[in-house]
Amino acid sequence: MSFDNALGAIAEDNDEARWAFGTGFHDPLAGIDASVPDGVDGADLAAYCLMLGDDALVMSHRLQEWCTHAPELEEEVALANIALDLLGQARLLLARAGAAMGTGQDETALTETVLTEDALAFFRDAPEFRNVRLVEEPNGDFAHAIVRLLLFSTWRLALLDRLTSSADPVLAAVAAKGVKEVAYHRDHAALWTIRLGDGTEESHRRTRRALDVLWPATGELFGVHEVERRAAAAGFGVDPADVRAEFDAVVGEVLAAAALPCPAPVPAEVAGRGGAHSAALGALLADMQGLARAHPGATW
Amino acid sequence: MSGGTSRGAEGARGEEARARAVAAAVVDPELPMITLDELGVLREVRVEDGRVEVSITPTYTGCPALDAMRDDLRARLTGAGFADVRVRTVLDPPWTTDWISESGRRSLAEAGVSPPGPAPRRPAGPVPLTLGPVRRIRCPHCGSADTTELSRFAATACKSLHRCNGCREPFEHVKEI
Repeated sequence: MSFDNALGAIAEDNDEARWAFGTGFHDPLAGIDASVPDGVDGADLAAYCLMLGDDALVMSHRLQEWCTHAPELEEEVALANIALDLLGQARLLLARAGAAMGTGQDETALTETVLTEDALAFFRDAPEFRNVRLVEEPNGDFAHAIVRLLLFSTWRLALLDRLTSSADPVLAAVAAKGVKEVAYHRDHAALWTIRLGDGTEESHRRTRRALDVLWPATGELFGVHEVERRAAAAGFGVDPADVRAEFDAVVGEVLAAAALPCPAPVPAEVAGRGGAHSAALGALLADMQGLARAHPGATW
Repeated sequence: MSGGTSRGAEGARGEEARARAVAAAVVDPELPMITLDELGVLREVRVEDGRVEVSITPTYTGCPALDAMRDDLRARLTGAGFADVRVRTVLDPPWTTDWISESGRRSLAEAGVSPPGPAPRRPAGPVPLTLGPVRRIRCPHCGSADTTELSRFAATACKSLHRCNGCREPFEHVKEI
């Protein structure tokens, strides 16, 4: 197969015209294996893309759960839009992971009727997910959703921004698009954090409570899993410890403007990246994966 | 023989120009007042050995309109007599609203959608926080600069929602990215 670059190939068209959204498309990654650049370990690239893809997928699901529950129509639309952006990122990253791990070596329940990308999203169990636990925490009130979005998107933006120079051109391209999207998500969350934190007594109290609940999960954002360490060394990934200063600066600026205290840094740890999750992820997956598992290969 | 080759190459270029014209006339599924070409989503049209290869780029990573664009392009090109049509998606370089053409901007404004200003230029270093409106959005209906942002997100990922304090009409604005 010939293509100008790996980006063209990963997004290669197929007869079903289902690349961006929806279901029913065939393997969009045929012939992509050769595109793993020299010096990049395919298994590490796959594992690394799974981490970033799972963060986006699980966070997107939590935002989707807000549909019909948001406090006002505009926020309903906003949260759904953000969820859609993250789902788009998750799809490309899972597809990239599937391509990099190579067909036939896939440990997931890949069958002829289930595609690699879908297999990764719908047929892995909780211990196989590599997302940080911040994104799997059950939803709370609106302040909780906003504070989580602020913490998540500030962190993800810092990661994606550095990944635009990744040695893997596919990851670099996904990151370059993602930076524009996530910057807008972060600014949206920042505006709401300030409005709520510096708002009424009740909104301040709730935002502060959300910060108390979510802040302990931030230590995991900067823990370095061995895959991340190798990915950074090989030039296609980012050492998460490197983004802590930027995260602290941005979050600190927003919290100060929101009249909220900035909690003390949480020691870095590795948990979700290694497959250690809370029970909440299992419940989330039961909801997200139920239909695909009951009807493998279903399309609509 | 060389003359034949030249005519053949000319014919191929003619076919490419014709394919490009057909593809360029396809309108955006969510902004039907402007074409994919004017939107800057249509990146390349090539004809090789009778096969048309069209490259498009998504506005946003999760944009669901991409499927409809692909189907529309294929249907229009097939209808124009091109039997073998492939539509590729390219992600790099990422789409920017700066690629929307002048005619596209005029069509948006005439349809009541405020066209984007220049995409933000990023200084070196981390992506800066933007905590206020970066520019005054002008009402596409009456031209007033006295407008209020109602929502940073609208019916599609690429637009925000506003209201004019002059004529009181709500309107959408294509966000600068």
